[in-house]
This record gives sequence, C-alpha cells and structure tokens, in this order.
Amino acid sequence: MQEMKFARELANGLQSSLTLEVMEEIIIEPGRGLKHYWRDLWNYRELFYFLAWRDIAVRYKQTVIGVAWSLVRPIVTMVVFTLVFGKLAKLPSNGVPYPILVFAAMLPWQFFANALSESSNSLVGNANMISKVYFPRLAIPTSAVVVSFVDFLLSFAMLLILMGWYRFVPGWRMLALPLLTVLAFGAAMGAGLWFASLTVKYRDFRFIVPFVVQFGIYISPVGFSSAIVPAKWRLLYSLNPMVGVIDGFRWAIIGGDTELYLPGFAISIGLVVLLLASGIWYFRKTERTFADVI
Amino acid sequence: MSDTVIRVESLGKRYIIGHQRNGSDGLRHVLQDKLTAPLRWARSKAQSAKSKAQGAKSEEQSASDASPLALSSLPFAPRVEEFWALKDVSFSVARGEVVGIIGRNGAGKSTLLKILSRITEPTTGRVRIRGRVASLLEVGTGFHPELTGRENVFLNGAILGMTREEIKRKFDEIVAFAEVEKFLDTPVKRYSSGMYVRLAFAVAAHLEPEILIVDEVLAVGDAQFQKKCLGKMGQVSKEGRTILFVSHNMTAVKSLCGSALWLDAGSIVASGEAEQVVSDYLQNGAASLHEQEWTDAASAPGNDKVRIRSARVFASIANPRGEFTVETPLQMEFEFWNNIPDAVLNLTLHLFTIEGTYVFAVASSASPRRQGLVSEVVRIPAHLLNDGIYTVTIQVVQDSSTTVYIHPEILVFDVRDSDRAGNWFGKWPGVVRPKLEWLSDDDTVIRNSN
Repeated sequence: MQEMKFARELANGLQSSLTLEVMEEIIIEPGRGLKHYWRDLWNYRELFYFLAWRDIAVRYKQTVIGVAWSLVRPIVTMVVFTLVFGKLAKLPSNGVPYPILVFAAMLPWQFFANALSESSNSLVGNANMISKVYFPRLAIPTSAVVVSFVDFLLSFAMLLILMGWYRFVPGWRMLALPLLTVLAFGAAMGAGLWFASLTVKYRDFRFIVPFVVQFGIYISPVGFSSAIVPAKWRLLYSLNPMVGVIDGFRWAIIGGDTELYLPGFAISIGLVVLLLASGIWYFRKTERTFADVI
Repeated sequence: MSDTVIRVESLGKRYIIGHQRNGSDGLRHVLQDKLTAPLRWARSKAQSAKSKAQGAKSEEQSASDASPLALSSLPFAPRVEEFWALKDVSFSVARGEVVGIIGRNGAGKSTLLKILSRITEPTTGRVRIRGRVASLLEVGTGFHPELTGRENVFLNGAILGMTREEIKRKFDEIVAFAEVEKFLDTPVKRYSSGMYVRLAFAVAAHLEPEILIVDEVLAVGDAQFQKKCLGKMGQVSKEGRTILFVSHNMTAVKSLCGSALWLDAGSIVASGEAEQVVSDYLQNGAASLHEQEWTDAASAPGNDKVRIRSARVFASIANPRGEFTVETPLQMEFEFWNNIPDAVLNLTLHLFTIEGTYVFAVASSASPRRQGLVSEVVRIPAHLLNDGIYTVTIQVVQDSSTTVYIHPEILVFDVRDSDRAGNWFGKWPGVVRPKLEWLSDDDTVIRNSN
C-alpha cells in the first residue's frame, strides 16, 4: 500500500518536473537578480554582434573615405608623438625606431581610451532601448568595447605595415600578444563598466571621463618608455593598470633587450582582474534601476 | 497544474521623487547631502533627546524615527518623497487569454507592462511568468535612422530577441507585411512616418513568443495600419498565444479581448469580461451633460461670428423614470447668437457613440437669419438609437457649405435598455435599433401587390 502511494507520488513528481522543464518559470521579485542571467546573456549573444555592427556601420555612413578614418587617428598621434617626444625631447628609445616604440604603446592605449569613452556613454546614448525593451544590459557597454577592439585590429594591421617599412623583424615574444590583448580587453571592460553604470545616475562622469583619458595619456608610458621612470616611483607608477599592459605590449612587439618590470606587471594583472570583477558586480547591482533612472 | 502563464501577486512599484531644488541630481549635491547628513541626524537626535528630557510626546517621535518609512531621519539618506505607481496589484492570466488593460493616463498600465517585461523591478510583490515574453512597448525601438530598412529589420529583430537565422527566415514575410519592398535599401530616415511605423510593427509582429505584451501601439498610424495590426494580433491569439493589450481604443479592446483589467491610480478597480469592464470604465468616465447654458455672450463658446447660448437634451414626452431608454423620444434644443448680418445659416447635429463611432449627422434647413438669438429644435424618435452613451457635436454652417463654428461634445447622454420580455438579456448589437416590421406569410395583401 505504502509502496504504491510512494510510486504514484514519484510518478506525479516526475511528470510535474517534466512539464516544468518544458515551460520554465521566471520569477520577478524585488531584489532578486535573474537566476538565469548568464544563460540569458548566451541567448542574446547575437545582440552583442548586432550592436557593435550597428555602431561601426553608422560611423561611416555618408562619409567619403569611410573606414580609413579609423586609421587616421593612430597615424597622426604617432607622427606627433615621434616629433615631440622623439625629436624635440630626445627621449631614449633603446635603438628601436621611435615610431614603432610609440605605435606599440599607442595600440593598447587607444583601445583603452576609445573603449572607455564609448562605453561610458553607451548606456545613456541607448536610453531609449533601455527603457523600452528587455535584454541583458551588459550587451551595450560590451559592444562599445568590441567596436574599439575592431579599431584595435585595424591599427595592429597598420603596425605590421610599419614594421615592414622599417624592416623591423619581431621576435617570438609576439606570441604573447593574444594574452596581452585579453588583458587590455579586461582593463577596458572593467573601467568601461564602472563608468557606464556611474554615468547613468551621475551625468558628471560624462565630463570626468574625457579628463581621465587626457590625463591618462601622460601618466602611461605612451609617449615615453617606462625605463625613464625613477626606481623609487616605479611601484606607485605601476598602480596605473595600463602601465603593465602597455609595457607588456612593448616588450612583446619590440623584443630585443626590453625588460619587463615584473612586480609592476603583476600588480597590473591583479588590478585589471579586480577592476573587471568589481565592474561587473557594480553593473549588475545597478542594472535593475537603469530603466528608472536613465 | 493549472494553465496559468502569468501570476501577479501583490505587485507594487514605488518611485522616489527627489526634490529638485537646484538641479540636485548632480554629484555635488549627492556628496553634499551625504556629508551633511550626519550633522542633520545628530541634530534631530539632539532635538529628540531634548524633547524626551522635557517628557513631551517623546514616544511618538521615537516611534516615527524607528519606522522604516521615516527615511529622512536615517543617517546618510537624501531628502525624498515616495510615489506608488502600482499598489497591491494581483491577477492571473491563463494560457491563450487575450487580456485588455484599460485605464486613464497615469493609472500605472505602462508601469505594469514594464515590470512584466523585466525592464524595471517591482518594489513589492512578485510575478511568476511561464513562457517566452516579447513586448512591444514602443514601435521602432532601436531603429537607427542612418541604417537602411533591411539593416534595421535585422537590428530590431535582434533587439527584440530573435536570432539571425529566425530573422533571415522571416525576412520576406516581414517585408511583405510592411509593404516597403521598394525602399528596403534606403536609410530609414527617408521613410515616411507611415512606412516607418509599418516596418517597425512588422518586425515585432513576427516574433513568436508565448506571451505578447502590447502597449498602445495602435495610437500611431492610420486606419489601415490599425486594421492590419488588429488583424495580426487576432491571428496571433488564434494560434493560442497569450496577449496583454493596453489601449485607449475601447472598440479594439472589446473586439480583441476576452477579459479586461481596469487600472486606476495604481490599483485594479475592476476585472472580468471585457465588455462589462469597458462599459463600467466608460460609464465612469463620461459625465452626463444634458444641459449647458452660457448667459454671457462675451464668454460663451464660439467666435466673432456666432456664439452658442445653450444646448439641451430632454425627453419630449414626460418621463417618470427620468432616464432615457431606447423607447424615449428625445428632443434637443440649441440656441446661438448670430453676429453675421444677412447670413444663410443652418445647424448640423453630429451624433457619436462614446467609443467614437459616428451614428449620423442631420442638418436643419438653411435659411436667412437675422442678427441676434437663433434657436433650433430637433427630435430623435424613440426606437432609433441603441442603448449606450452618446455625445453630440453641433456645427453652425453658412451657405450650406462653410463651417462657421463647431463645438464638439456639447452634450453627453446615456440611453438605457428597456425592460425586455423574453429570455435573452445580452447586449443588443448594432448602433441603431429601429423597430421595423416583419411581415408574416399570412399577409397576402402585401405579397400580391406588385
């Protein structure tokens, strides 16, 4: 008797769990972040692509030279930096052609700076979508970073051409580039997420971010090499996460006897991981209020 | 397990209205507030300590300080005011139901939809949803004016949750529905507003969600577009999908929805069968206006040519019940001041149902009028109008062609159903309800006359 009852209950339980499987229940409650957020993100993965594609397509509509514009900025900056820091200030370059030294650092810096500017404004710029459609909001700042990444790839192609011009042969260290790119991506995403969420509530950050970018280019080893930083300031200087990233890029691209300051690099990796994790945490925390505040 | 796809339990949504003194949204004010908050808190504690020492009403004060609603007494809290857009809303929707959500502007309908669409979070309560939800809260969300129609279809589809494969598969259908084949490759900023709205709706209409949430999208677009939208939504509901539909168009709600919810000031006032809820809502909204009079010519409605003095509707036969039924003959009287010398004027009466359906227009005969007060009377016989609420628009016409002045909704009245013999007590259909004669077979006199 008991066994039959048990068996029946088991069968019922299986049946109801099966129907639940088919039509999964979503519970919307205050304070409950969506349990399936990461699965949602996967379901909406094509949105990342579409948003990035939209931003890129729109950028060059009705322009004459189109995509070529994304190369103009790194080239011009490189020329200016070479003239100012290389020829006028005569900062040392350890025997490497100065343009390549600058370009190798320009690559990650431009990526970071563009990603930061674009993603911090991305949420506010898409306010309409955020208040009218549901999709994982993470897609927006991420696609802004992806757009900057596309520019990064184009600049990288430019760098290869530049290397060919100077007949500069890169070493095996270039293989570390993908990892370093991931690091740069992480730094851009982390900072981008922070500023994106903050800008939604406090529009002041729209003015703070360009300042950070402008200031950042002077405290990061873009126009100069880290070797000139005196030893006693090295550790403090390394608190800028981009220092490690840019140094890493230089080390990988230029090769030769460029040294990588390992303690600084380790700090940078740690900071990037911290920035990314905290950025995601803060974004998820404030995401629920975006539609109300934006 | 019941087939409930949406279950809403005690849902509430609170918005905090900050007091925008000098643009207090900025970082500076938040920091300022936060820095001075401990001072304010200390001050209020000192005050309460003082009053406690004095022994006067200290219980109340400390009680209010302890209550969670006394936000401003907590340290580090900004100065705020609360606004509850939704209060304790509970209802459930079964699979395949088409539910209309009606109510005045500001009742909380859009907020409810936003919560169901997961765009914003509720403050209290919870919602259980089973099935994929697609919401159409605005037509053309995510459309970028610089991109072409084709590109926007893909973009919009992706934003609404379709995969690229899905969009490609349905692309031709979407374009055919929108009727913009020729203009697919021009940037959307060059589209007319009609094309824009058609394309936007076409994309959304081809989503295949289990639950579709639509918010007043019919407010945009011409009559043909609205017909198409309603047709598509009807088709979707026949496929067994659940639809939640917010609209101000009562005819649409009545024709599409089986049940309806009436929201007012954040709470549900009525729910149940669509016809009944809609009629309750309309009855509540329409104040009846049987008589209006303006004794002062300077402030009476009109222009420098004519001014309306009065409008009245009443039963032309003394009516003991005091209300109009389908059996009551009605009389309407209008008076107006004519300032045009030697004008050939007539009045035209336009009758509408409260839902906006045009019933008829009837014009008085045009004749030359003297300057001064003109009065006209029109009679509506019994057994013409069906039961319902009607509005009257009066129009003054010159030379049978030019409109001198129109006054919309000058009168509003309600015609009730009469007591019926027989067994059927549903709502009699039709705009008019004339009592016409059926001739039976026995009436050979009529049949034989050619």
